[in-house]
Amino acid sequence: MKQSKWRIFTNGIFKENPVLILLLGCCSVLAISVTVSGALGMGAALTFVLVCSNVVISLLRKIIPDKVRIPCYIVVIATFVTLVQMIVEAFLPELYASLGIFLALIVVNCIVLGRAEMFASKNGVLDSLLDGLGMGIGYTLVICGIAVVRELIGSGTVYGLRIIPEGYQIGIISQTPGGFFCFGAAMALLVFCMRKRGKEFDPRIGCDGRCGNCGNPCENQADNIRLEQIHAAKAAGTETGEEGVKL
Amino acid sequence: MTKILMIAFMMIFTQNYVLVQFLAICPFLGVSQKFDSCIGMSGAVIFVMTLASAVTWLIYTYIMVPLGLAYLSTIIFILVIAALVQFVEIFLKKFIKPLYSALGVYLPLITTNCAVLAVTLLNISENYNLVESCVDGFSAGVGFGLALVLFCGVRKALERARPPKSWEGLPITLAAAALTSMTFMGFAGIADKLFG
Repeated sequence: MKQSKWRIFTNGIFKENPVLILLLGCCSVLAISVTVSGALGMGAALTFVLVCSNVVISLLRKIIPDKVRIPCYIVVIATFVTLVQMIVEAFLPELYASLGIFLALIVVNCIVLGRAEMFASKNGVLDSLLDGLGMGIGYTLVICGIAVVRELIGSGTVYGLRIIPEGYQIGIISQTPGGFFCFGAAMALLVFCMRKRGKEFDPRIGCDGRCGNCGNPCENQADNIRLEQIHAAKAAGTETGEEGVKL
Repeated sequence: MTKILMIAFMMIFTQNYVLVQFLAICPFLGVSQKFDSCIGMSGAVIFVMTLASAVTWLIYTYIMVPLGLAYLSTIIFILVIAALVQFVEIFLKKFIKPLYSALGVYLPLITTNCAVLAVTLLNISENYNLVESCVDGFSAGVGFGLALVLFCGVRKALERARPPKSWEGLPITLAAAALTSMTFMGFAGIADKLFG
């Protein structure tokens, strides 16, 4: 029993890392990984929201009707995000300024909604708490890892401490193109390590057929919705005897 | 007038949501493989962003501010957007069939698109009026579409490239996105010179 709880916790950190393996919530990773302090703050905020929303949704999972579950999840998540926004704005105004709009955008972060849908709505409170904590730590590790590299190369410092002397920085790494490139490089490094250990791993956007379970828009999901619509139209067509043939 | 032009120019080029501000990266990477879906997705985004900008601005100014609820903007806006997307879907399905068949599939994907929430929140924090908000929403959508279509072309060319084994797939796509976003850095100084 203890083993399985431990596995739920570490699942988010390594095996199903939300950023590098599930590829969820990349927007904030790319934008916030400019400085280590910002990345730590973002990681802490996201972990807090993830743990709280997982616990609450898991508690309410038998009460929330299936049809309106996504709006219900969004309300729960948005409540905690607003809480975090207020706390950060009051006590850490510097962090609030550096996170900017991305703090509010935790609401639509695919990780939070995805975990609510994939895990918390199906599992008990303690498991959901551990899952949220693991996923949050996994996210924080990746965003901080990328931030260390970007801050070191882009501005020559790590957590504000100067390591490379002034004038030897490659500024573009801390700008937008650097974000894309470093994220790509991190992913390529992961693939390289996996292949060294004899595991095949093919990074791609999406949810491996678990479409509709995460808030991540992708072409698979569009195809699925299209199929659903065709099926629905067909079912309606056989009943009323029209329109179904056309589709 | 100058301000409206400046907002439009900034949102499309210098402050492009995808390539400069890192918003809506998920659909940018997820829906940019086929040209048709790029067009459909950007059409839906432009439509919803413009509408959402107008609706949230009205709700904020005439309901939330008088009632002292401004601090709840994140919760209320995301619910308004979710309801709006549903409503638009039903409305199009019932009354404007051709538009529905073009955009219908992409509408449900938009609720959780972070750019839509971002544009409504930024309209409020920038103190735009109603017209400026609408222009802001519309041109942010156009900027998204531009980035998507451009990147779709890049990805087509990328299919024929042979990167190192570890870089295949998404890593090289991200590297290509880095180069695409570098081209948008070229617009950086233009806005100030143009609109002084």
